[in-house]
Amino acid sequence: MNTSFDIAVIGGGNAALCAAMTAAEAGARVIILEAAPKPYRGGNSRHTRNFRCMHSGPLGPLIESYCEDEYLDDLLKVTGGKTDEALARMVIRSSEECLPWMEEHGVRFQPSLSGTLSLARTNAFFLGGGKSLVNAYYRTAASLGVEVRYEAKVTHLEMEDDRVVGIDYTHGSETHRIAPKAVVVASGGFQADIDWLARAWGPAARNFLIRGTPYNRGEVLSDLLDQGIEQVGDPTQCHAVAIDGRAPKFDGGIVTRLDCVPFSIVVNKDGDRFYDEGEDVWPKRYAIWGRLVANEPDQVGFAIIDSKAIDLFMPSVFPPIKADTLEELAANLELPPEKLRATVEAFNAACGDTSGFMPTELDGVATNGLSPPKTNWARPISDPPFYGYSLKTGVTFTYLGLKVDETAQCSIGNRPVANLWAAGETMAGSILGQGYLAGFGMTIGTVFGRIAGREAAAFAN
Amino acid sequence: MQTELIQEARRQAEICNACRYCEGYCSVFPALHANRAFSDADITQLANLCHNCRGCYYACQYTAPHEFDLNLPKALAEVRQASWEDYAWPQPVARVFHKSGAALAVATILGFALIFAAIRALPEPTGQGFYAVMSHSAMVAIFLPAFLFPLMSLAVSLRRYWRAMGGGVVTVSAIKSAFGSAARMQNLSGGHGDGCNFEDEDRFSQARRHAHHAVMYGFVLCFLSTSSGTVLHYVFDMPAPYGFWSLPKLFGVPGGILMVIGALGLAGLKLQADPKLGDASAWGGEMGFNLLLFFVAATGLALYWLGASTAMPALLALHLGSVLAFFLLTPFTKMAHGFYRLAALMRDAER
Ligand SMILES: Cc1cc2nc3c(=O)[nH]c(=O)nc-3n(C[C@H](O)[C@H](O)[C@H](O)COP(=O)(O)OP(=O)(O)OC[C@H]3O[C@@H](n4cnc5c(N)ncnc54)[C@H](O)[C@@H]3O)c2cc1C
Ligand code: SF4
Ligand code: SF4
Repeated sequence: MNTSFDIAVIGGGNAALCAAMTAAEAGARVIILEAAPKPYRGGNSRHTRNFRCMHSGPLGPLIESYCEDEYLDDLLKVTGGKTDEALARMVIRSSEECLPWMEEHGVRFQPSLSGTLSLARTNAFFLGGGKSLVNAYYRTAASLGVEVRYEAKVTHLEMEDDRVVGIDYTHGSETHRIAPKAVVVASGGFQADIDWLARAWGPAARNFLIRGTPYNRGEVLSDLLDQGIEQVGDPTQCHAVAIDGRAPKFDGGIVTRLDCVPFSIVVNKDGDRFYDEGEDVWPKRYAIWGRLVANEPDQVGFAIIDSKAIDLFMPSVFPPIKADTLEELAANLELPPEKLRATVEAFNAACGDTSGFMPTELDGVATNGLSPPKTNWARPISDPPFYGYSLKTGVTFTYLGLKVDETAQCSIGNRPVANLWAAGETMAGSILGQGYLAGFGMTIGTVFGRIAGREAAAFAN
Repeated sequence: MQTELIQEARRQAEICNACRYCEGYCSVFPALHANRAFSDADITQLANLCHNCRGCYYACQYTAPHEFDLNLPKALAEVRQASWEDYAWPQPVARVFHKSGAALAVATILGFALIFAAIRALPEPTGQGFYAVMSHSAMVAIFLPAFLFPLMSLAVSLRRYWRAMGGGVVTVSAIKSAFGSAARMQNLSGGHGDGCNFEDEDRFSQARRHAHHAVMYGFVLCFLSTSSGTVLHYVFDMPAPYGFWSLPKLFGVPGGILMVIGALGLAGLKLQADPKLGDASAWGGEMGFNLLLFFVAATGLALYWLGASTAMPALLALHLGSVLAFFLLTPFTKMAHGFYRLAALMRDAER
C-alpha cells in the first residue's frame, strides 16, 4: 500500500469527493479517509436529492432563470440576516459552473420530482438521488487515482505551530498515522453524537432522531476546536424538522418526512394543541416544527386528520394509524381519549365557513376565538375514519463548525493554518448562522470542496 | 400468485412512493407514483414494466444493511416471474421450464431425437439440399403446429394478463407507443442514456442493451429469412436451397451472427451480474434459454457453411431439433417476456 500522500481528505461525502477529485486532477496524490463502511459511504450526501443552482437562462434540468440577487434574497429570508454576505454571494455565483462540472464528473440530473414542482426553477435534482451522485464521484475519483480507505475514522490531527503534521485514524482495532502535506476536513457536523447533542441542547435531545448518517459524530471537529482552531456557528443549535415518530434512530432519510401538518391539528401527549398548524405553506414551516415538538413533553407530537385530508399530501413511509372513532384513535396513539375528543370538539366548534378551502395556497380558512388559532386550512375533523401520525424531532445537521475564509482555509488565532482546509457541512456555519435553504448544503459542499481541493493541491505541489 | 412476493414488492413500492428519487430511471416509477395504494394487479403491472436494469438498487440509500432493506429489482423480478408462470397456459409447463435449465436441455434433446426419428422413419425424400434429408412436407407437418401452438398459448396468456390488469379496448396509439419504446429499448438507456447497472455494480454500461438489441434484431432477421423462404417457395415456386444473394440468406446470415453474438453476450453478462438482484430461482432457466438461443443460431450458421458437407444431415437434425424446442417453449421461457413487456407498455400508455 502506498503510504505517502500529498493530500488527505477526511470524510467521504459530497464535499470530500469534490475536493479529492479536484486535487487529483491538479496532479496531487490523494487519499480519502471515510469513517463509514462501503455500503454506508457518503454521509448525509447519500440522502440528498438536489442542489440549488443560480442560472441566467435554462440550464440542464432547470427552467427559466434564477439570478444572484433572488437567490441571495431567498437565503437572507431564512437565515434572519445571520449570513456572511460576501461568502454567500461567492457560493451563489459559483453554483452556476458547478452544474456542468458535476455532469463531467458523472452526475446525472432529472426534472424536478413529482410533488416538488415548486423547486423546478431553483433546484437541480440528481437522477437516482444523492447516493447515485456519491457512487458516480467514487467511480470518477478511482479513475483519477484517488485511494479510498473505508472504516477509517480520524481521531486526531497533530498540530505543530501553524500546521498539521500528522493524522491519526483507526481502522478496526488498529491505529494508523499518516503525514500528508495538506489536509482537507469534510467530515460533516456532530449530530450523530447524541451525548454531545444532549450537552448542547439539553437532555431532551436524547429523544431526537437523526435523519442522516450515524457516522457524523464530530470527532475531528471537537479535536480541532480543542486545539484552538477558529470556530463559527451557535454550538447549541441544530437544524431539525418534525418527522414520523416511528422512524429509525439514524438514517431514516427523506421517506420519514410528514407533509400532513397543515391539514391536521397537532396535539402533544396530553392531548393539547400547541401551535398554529396552518401558519404557512408546508415547505416554509417544515423546519420550525422540529423545534416545536422538541419543546413538548417527551418530545412527541401527534398530527390528527380525518378522511377528508388523507389524499392531500405526499404519502410517507409508514401508514397512518387509522380508527373509526376518536377514542379508538387516541387509544392506539396512547393519548388520553376524553382529552383528545375535547380538543377536537373545541377545534371543530371554532371552525367557520370552509367553502374557500384551497389545499395548495394560503386560503384564510381560519378558526374563530381559538387559542392557539389555526389560520389556514381549518376544517372540522369530523369524517371517519380518523388518522394519526406521531411526530418526533429529526435532526438534519448541527451549525457549529470551522471558520474558513473564501479560500476554504482554516485559521488559528489570527493566522491561517498553513495546510488545513475545510469544506461542506463542517464549515457551513461560516456562511449561514441559522435557518436553511433547501439544496444549499450541497451547493456549499460542491463550491467549497472544489476550492479546498484546488488550494490544497496548489500548496502540496 | 404467491401473496408474500406481492406483499414484499408492495412494501418496497410504498417506500419508493415516499422517496421518489428514482423517478427518472424508467417507466416503473412514474406509474408507481400515480398511485397511493397498490392492488395486486398494480404490483404485477409495475413488475412487468421493470427490466431489471438495477439502476434503482445501486442508487438506493435504503438497501441492506439498512433496515428498510430495499431491493426493488429483485422484488419486481420475483413478482414478474411468478406472473409469467401464473398467466401461462398450460400453467404446469411454464412452472417447469421458466426455472430449470436442465428441463430446457432435456426438451432440446427430445427435439433432436424427434427430428432424427422422423428422418429415419419417413421414406427417403427426393428433394435437393436439406430436402434430400427431410422432405419439405415433413418439415411443414412438424413445424406448422409447433409454430401455431405457442402463438395460441401466448394469446391465451396475454388475454389473461390484460384482463387481470384491467386493460380496456386496445388503442392504436397505445400499440404505437409500446412498440416505439420497445424498438428503441428506451428504458434500457437508464433514463440518462448511459445504459444500465448490470455487470459491474454501479457502473453504467450499454453492454446489456447492445447484447439484447443484437438478439432481438437477429431474431427478427432470422424470422424474416424463414418468412421470405416460405413466400419464395409457395408464391414463386422457388424451393430451397438458396444462394447467398437471396433474401433468405441475406436476412438469415447476419441475423444468425447477431443472435450468436447477442446470446453469448447476454450469457457472459449474466455470469458477471449479482444474482441477488434478480429472481435467483429463475437463473438456471434464463441461462438455459440463452444457451438455447445461441445453439439455434450457431447450428443455423453452421448449416450455411457446412451445408454441402457430409456433416449436413446431422447438423440439420440438431438445428431443427433446437428450433423445435425453442418454438414450443416460447410461451414458457424468458422468450415470453417480450410479449408481456409489450402488453405492460401498452397498459402503461393507457394510464
Ligand atoms: C435526509 C436529508 C436530506 C437532505 N437533502 C438535501 C438536499 O436535497 N439538498 C441539499 O443541498 N442538502 C440536503 N441535505 C443536507 C446535506 O446532506 C448536507 O448539506 C451535505 O450532504 C453535506 O455534505 P458533506 O460532504 O459536508 O457531509 P456528509 O455528506 O455528511 O459527509 C461527511 C463524511 O464524513 C465522514 N466522517 C465523519 N466523521 C469522520 C471521521 N472522524 N473520520 C473520517 N470520516 C468521518 C462521514 O462518514 C461522511 O462520509 C439533506 C440532509 C439530510 C439528512
Ligand atoms: S429504490 Fe430507493 S432511492 Fe429509489 S425511489 Fe425507491 S426508496 Fe427511493
Ligand atoms: S431495476 Fe431498472 S427498470 Fe427495474 S425498477 Fe429499477 S430502475 Fe426501473
